[in-house]
Amino acid sequence: MLNRQGRPTTPRAHGVADPAAGMGDQAARLQGDATRAAGPAGGSHPTFTGNKALAQVEPLLFEIGRTDTTGVDLDEPEDFAPRLGGLERREPIGLPGLSEPETMRHYVRLSQQNYGIDTGLFPLGSCTMKHNARLNERVARLPGFADVHPLQPVSTVQGALELMNELGRYLVTLTNMTAVALSPKAGAHGELCGMMAIKAAIEAKGEGATRNVVLVPDSAHGTNPATAALIGFRVKPVPAREDGWVHVEDVKERLGPDVAAIMLTNPNTCGLFEPQVAEIAKAIHDAGAYFYCDGANFNAIVGKAKPGDLGVDAMHINLHKTFSTPHGGGGPGSGPVVLSERLAPFAPVPFVRAGKDGFELVEQESDAAEKPFGRMTAFHGQMGMYVRALSYMLSHGADGMKQASEDAVLNANYIRAGLSDLLSLPFGDKPCMHEVLFDDSWLKDTGVTTLDVAKAMIDEGYHPMTMYFPLVVHGAMLIEPTESESKSSLDLFIATLRDLAFAAKNGDTERFTGAPYHAPRRRLDETRAARSPVLKWTPPAPVAEAAE
Amino acid sequence: MRYLPLSDTDRGEMLARIGVDHVDELFADVPKNLLLKEPVDLPRRKGELEVERILSRMSARNIPASSVPFFVGAGAYKHHVPATVDHLIQRSEFLTSYTPYQPEIAQGTLQYLFEFQTQVAALTGMDVANASMYDGSTGTGEAVLMAHRVTKRRKAVLSGGLHPHYADVVKTLSDMASDETVILAPDVAGTEDILSQIDDTTSCVVVQTPDVFGNLRDLKPIADKAHQHGALLIAVFTEAVSLGLLTSPGSQGADIVVGEGQSIGNALNFGGPYVGLFATQSKYVRQMPGRLCGETVDADGNRGFVLTLSTREQHIRRDKATSNICTNSGLCSLAFTIHMTLLGEAGLTRLARINHANAVKLADQLAGVKGVEVLNRTFFNEFTVKLAKPAAEAVERLAEKGVLAGVPVSRLLPGAGLDNLLLVASTEVNTDDDRAAFVAALKEVL
Repeated sequence: MLNRQGRPTTPRAHGVADPAAGMGDQAARLQGDATRAAGPAGGSHPTFTGNKALAQVEPLLFEIGRTDTTGVDLDEPEDFAPRLGGLERREPIGLPGLSEPETMRHYVRLSQQNYGIDTGLFPLGSCTMKHNARLNERVARLPGFADVHPLQPVSTVQGALELMNELGRYLVTLTNMTAVALSPKAGAHGELCGMMAIKAAIEAKGEGATRNVVLVPDSAHGTNPATAALIGFRVKPVPAREDGWVHVEDVKERLGPDVAAIMLTNPNTCGLFEPQVAEIAKAIHDAGAYFYCDGANFNAIVGKAKPGDLGVDAMHINLHKTFSTPHGGGGPGSGPVVLSERLAPFAPVPFVRAGKDGFELVEQESDAAEKPFGRMTAFHGQMGMYVRALSYMLSHGADGMKQASEDAVLNANYIRAGLSDLLSLPFGDKPCMHEVLFDDSWLKDTGVTTLDVAKAMIDEGYHPMTMYFPLVVHGAMLIEPTESESKSSLDLFIATLRDLAFAAKNGDTERFTGAPYHAPRRRLDETRAARSPVLKWTPPAPVAEAAE
Repeated sequence: MRYLPLSDTDRGEMLARIGVDHVDELFADVPKNLLLKEPVDLPRRKGELEVERILSRMSARNIPASSVPFFVGAGAYKHHVPATVDHLIQRSEFLTSYTPYQPEIAQGTLQYLFEFQTQVAALTGMDVANASMYDGSTGTGEAVLMAHRVTKRRKAVLSGGLHPHYADVVKTLSDMASDETVILAPDVAGTEDILSQIDDTTSCVVVQTPDVFGNLRDLKPIADKAHQHGALLIAVFTEAVSLGLLTSPGSQGADIVVGEGQSIGNALNFGGPYVGLFATQSKYVRQMPGRLCGETVDADGNRGFVLTLSTREQHIRRDKATSNICTNSGLCSLAFTIHMTLLGEAGLTRLARINHANAVKLADQLAGVKGVEVLNRTFFNEFTVKLAKPAAEAVERLAEKGVLAGVPVSRLLPGAGLDNLLLVASTEVNTDDDRAAFVAALKEVL
C-alpha cells in the first residue's frame, strides 16, 4: 500500500486487527501521517503513534486543518453594498484553519524540532550567533515603536526618529565614519546600498562608463560578487594566498582606471585580520577607487578598531549579528551602511536629520541638500531591529562592547588552542579573530568528510559550524563561538571535538557517515529535493487511484 | 556585564592556555597605531532597568495607532494580531535559530516555511511561492529583475497606480543596473491607458491592485496584452487581507505576484520588519529569487524538508546568482503563517469582508462632510478623498485633535499637483466611535 506521497507505509509488526479500524477517517488518516512522518518508530521499542515521548510527530497544517475552522472570533458584518466592481473572489482559496489550542500545539511541536542559541552552542562561523537578550524583545514591543505607522505625521513620531538618530550616532561613533544609511533590510541589502553609493559617486565624477570592475577576493561571501554583478559591475577575483591574507601587491596588480572598488571582508572569512588593510586602502584610493568593507565580522573589533581609521569608504553592519537582534530562522535582519565623507552625500532616502523644531525625516530626493542615489525600500527600514540593537548598545556601553569583542576573540582562540594538535589549521597556528578556520586535511584517509563531522556534532547536541565556506580551503570548518559562551561550555565543546577527532582517526566511521542518529530526522536527501522539487503541499489523490 | 559569562579568572586561565599574556596579543595583526587603547566615546554599560527607562521615554514621545482613531494605510495597515502569534514567534527555538542550513535540526523552521509557501501560493492563485523577501517593495524590485531574466528584455512599464515608494525602489535598482523603466503618471482614477505602453520590447508590466489610490484593477486585459507581446504581468499588492475578498491575481493571468504580507501577523513597526510575499508559475521557478523550501525524505524514508534549488543562489553561483538575497524575513513569515492558520479560509474571508464593510461605511460618512469628495468608484479598505484644502495641513490639524486621519498624497508624490488628496484606510480595528470622531474633527478642520 502506498501513502499519499506515493511511498510505502510502514507495515505494522503485531498481528492483531488494525487498531485504527473504527476510529473514523480523521484518526486513521492521522495515524498514517504519523507513521509516514516518523518512520519505524522508536527502533527496538516502536510506538503506535510514532511519537517518542517528548519527541512528537507533527503532520502538516494541511493534513489537520479544515477550511471551515477558524481560531479567530469575528462577527459577520451587517449587509452593505460592496464596491468591488465585479472583482470579488468566486473561487475557494484552499486555506485550512485551526482553533487556537490546535494552533498553539502545532507550532509548539514544530518549534521543538529546531535548534536555537538558547538550546546550545551555535558556532556558525561568520553568523555571530550570540545571546539574544529578552530585554530587547520587550522594548521593541513598546507601543511607541511597534505600533506606529511609517507614514503618520512626523510630529507624532519624534521619539521613533530620536531612536533612529541615536542608533546612527552610535554606529558612526563606533566606526569613525561620516554618515549612516539605516534603511537596508539585511546584510546583502546593505552591500547593495554601499555599492550603489559607490556607483553614484563614480557617475558623479563622470567615470560611470569606464570604472566598472570590482575586485573581490576568493574568500568573500557569495553575496559580494552577487551584489556587484546585480548592478552591472564586472567581478575580478583576487586569488587567495597560502597565508590566508589579501596582499597589497595582488591588489595593486589588478588596479587600473577601470576599477571602481574592492569588496574586502575584514576580519576576513578565514578568521584573520587583514594586516595590510591600510596599505590596501591607500592603493585603492590612489587609483581613484573605493573601499567597500563587508562588515559581517565586525563583532571581532567593535571598540577595538574603527573601520574609518582603516580607510573604509562603506561598510554594512549586520545588526542581527554584531548587535544581537535575533536571526529568527533566517531573518529579519537589518543592514545599516556607514559611509565615509566621500560617499556620505549619496546616501539614499529616507534619513533623519535634526531640525530646529525637532527631528525631520527626509523622504524625497528633492528635499535633500545632498545627492541621494535613490531609495532602497518603502518606508524607513527595520525599526524593530533598530530598537533591539540600540538596547544592546546601551546595555553594553562602550566598555561592554570592547569587552564583548575581546571575549569573542578570546573564545575562538581558546578553541584553536584546544584543537590545534588534532585538527588542521590551513594557515598555521597563529592567533585568529572571533572565528577559527580548520580544513579537512586532518580527516585524510579516514573516510569521514566535513559534512560527516557536522552531522556527528548534531548527535552530540551541538549545532555544526559553518562548513565548506570559505571556498579557499578544502572542506572548511569555520567555528565562531561568540562571547556568549562560558569557559565550561567551551571546555565541553573542545572535549567533544577531540573525541570526534580520535574516533575519526581510529576508524569509527559509522559514527559519522550515518549521523545524525538522534536528531528529529536522519540525514535528508537534498539531491532528491532539487531533482524533482515539491515546493508546496498538494491534496492527495483519491484513495482508489493511489492504491493502484 | 550581564551578557558575558567569562570571569576575569576564566580569562586569565584561557590566555595562559593559549600562551599569551594579554588579550591584545591576539589583535597583533591590527596596525598598532589603529588599535584603540580606550573605550570609544560612548556611555558606559547600563542595567536593564535603566535601559528600559531610556527607551520607554523615547517610545512615549510617539502616538501609537491603538491609542487614537487611526486611518493611516498606504502600504502598511493596522490590524489586530492575535496574542498567540506573538507568543509563538518568541519561542526560543524559532526566535534564536538560524537560516536552516542543517535541516535535521531545523525541521520546525523548514516545515513552517513549506506551509507558508503553500499558503502564499493558494492566496495568490499561483503555482509556487518562495520563503519570503524583505518586504513588498524590495520584492517588486526583484520581480522586475526576474522578468528581465525570463524575457531577456530590459524594459519595465510601471503603472501610475503603483505605490510611489515601490516605483522608486524599482527605478533605483533598474537605473543602477542600466535597465529601462517607464513610470506612468499618477493615476488617481485608476483609468490609465497602460495597454498602449506594451510592445515587443517590454519585459514586464507592473500593476498594483488595489492600487495606491485604492482602486481595484482588472488585470485580465493587461495580462492578455502583455502575453501577446511576450511580456510578463507582475501583479503587486500592499494589503494582503484584500486577497481574501478579491479574485486572485493568478486567476487573472499574472506571471509573478509580489506584495506586502505585513497585514497578516505583523505589527506596524514604523515600517519594518515586514515580509515580502513572492509567487510565480512553476515554469519560472529556476529564475526565482530567494530561499525555497522543498519536501524530501531522510535516510530512513521519513518525510522531511530542506532548502532547495540553491544553485540559483549567491552562496553557490556568486556573480551568476538570481539575487544577492541571503537573510530574508523568516520570523515575519512565521508570524504570517501562524496568523493565517488561526484565520483559516473562513476567518480570512470574513476579516476581509469586515475591512471592506468598515471602509464603505467610512466612505459614505466622509462623503457627507462638506468639502470632502470620495474619488473612488471601487476600493477594498482604502480610498482617496479630495479635501477643500491641502491634505498635509488637514492631517496635522486632525493629529492635534487626536485623529490620525490618513496619508496626504503630497507626502508620497510631492509636486504632482495632488495636494488636496488624502488616502484613508479603514480596517477591522475601527469602531463606530472612531468614524464619528474622524467626521466630527474633519468638519472642524475644513
